[in-house]
Amino acid sequence: MSADQALLQVAGLTKTYGRRVGCCDVSFDLFPGEVMGIVGESGSGKSTLLNCLAGHMPPDAGAVRFHMRDGTVRDTVRMSEPERRMLGRTDWAFVHQHAVDGLRMNVSAGGNVGERLMAVGARHYGDIRGAAVDWLGRVEIAEDRIDDRPRQFSGGMQQRLQIARNLVTGPRLVFMDEPTGGLDVSVQARLLDLLRGLVREMGLSAIIVTHDLAVVRLLADRLMVMKDGQVVETGLTDQVLDDPQHAYSQLLVSSVLQV
Amino acid sequence: MISVQDVAKRFVLHNQGSTVIPVMQGASLEVASGECVALVGASGAGKSTLMRMIYGNYTVASGSIRVGDVDVATAPPRDILALRRHSLGYVSQFLRVVPRVPTLDVVAEPLLAVGAGAEDARARAQRLLGQLNIPERLWSLSPTTFSGGEQQRVNIARGFAHAYPAMLLDEPTASLDETNRAVVLGLIADAKARGAAIIGIFHDTDARAAVCDREVDVSAFAPGVAA
Repeated sequence: MSADQALLQVAGLTKTYGRRVGCCDVSFDLFPGEVMGIVGESGSGKSTLLNCLAGHMPPDAGAVRFHMRDGTVRDTVRMSEPERRMLGRTDWAFVHQHAVDGLRMNVSAGGNVGERLMAVGARHYGDIRGAAVDWLGRVEIAEDRIDDRPRQFSGGMQQRLQIARNLVTGPRLVFMDEPTGGLDVSVQARLLDLLRGLVREMGLSAIIVTHDLAVVRLLADRLMVMKDGQVVETGLTDQVLDDPQHAYSQLLVSSVLQV
Repeated sequence: MISVQDVAKRFVLHNQGSTVIPVMQGASLEVASGECVALVGASGAGKSTLMRMIYGNYTVASGSIRVGDVDVATAPPRDILALRRHSLGYVSQFLRVVPRVPTLDVVAEPLLAVGAGAEDARARAQRLLGQLNIPERLWSLSPTTFSGGEQQRVNIARGFAHAYPAMLLDEPTASLDETNRAVVLGLIADAKARGAAIIGIFHDTDARAAVCDREVDVSAFAPGVAA
């Protein structure tokens, strides 16, 4: 696939909850290797948007076109449920804010990573275990913890395990919902470093929802600012943060407490 | 290589009574390959603002800013990202990095981003850090804990790691001692010699005289001043 072709093309994506607007007429293109941040206050519609993009929630209108591995472009909104689920296990990954939502808590760490491989057809135990060890190493979880359950892990370790579980199948697009939320800052830094390395080495594209502007500055190439379900500003991350144009973006940036 | 034409800039403060602050008008300048041009003018005249617009960090109200074949004023984010990765370097006054990343990796990163091999990138980073007198025992540590001068030198090493055809330097010699200042001026001279087009802000007049071919006074671009 050429880098000139968009990996994801979103057009007119809209979701309402009765008379309330979740997200309204959102359109953008995401290219291979690009990381896009979505920021906005609670209730701005950023999580609704992410869930509609990732196929967790059906939008009321709009299209989410994905450039498939076979070269075709498919509207994932109109795919059959089994097809969309297959995509969710292969080319797509979703990192939840709370690791418990993305992990199986009563299965070992190695099992959590191996399960996704088995879901795409891996059957050889040695290979699966080997891949699990490799990925635990990449997210800095010691090999001797492979048989421990996630419940015995710290919050930061659980989040890293969730990332390993998601990336083991070599996805091309990762959706992340507040991936560093709820972690203390030293753990956040470690996770950011890890994510940046993975994005560069694997050529991943990612869409990251967060309300932490420092996180998007370090991680995202492009930024989308949402308010009341609408996209009020988009642009290069550093341009939106350093020279915000919309009243709400200006308020958001100027409200950050300095340390 | 860099061509700024009739650029205007204003800030609109929506949350402060929608105050409109015009800061620049009719800004034009040309920088050829192998040439270093200094932006001069009093504090607040708009030197950094102009530099930030050329980097795509600030939006442009009107006019065009061509770097190579990209018009930064109108290019989509994707083109500006590619331009920054391959063609347009920027040494800012402040180092902004992911905490915890070793200094060596911070410096090697721009090379990895353009597809250099890990070994080559590290070797180049080591050479630059050595040249800039960052002690080897610090290379494996994150620069976030370094002194201001050390951070600045790490920032310069990072900025010069890849041979960008166009470079923006915001006070690259400020707060450096004589020895390191000479090293940085050497790096700038080398970059010019290989054909880089450079725009710099230097408060240090000796440094400016040593590397710059000419000066552009940005005061002439102040709104309301006839050009």
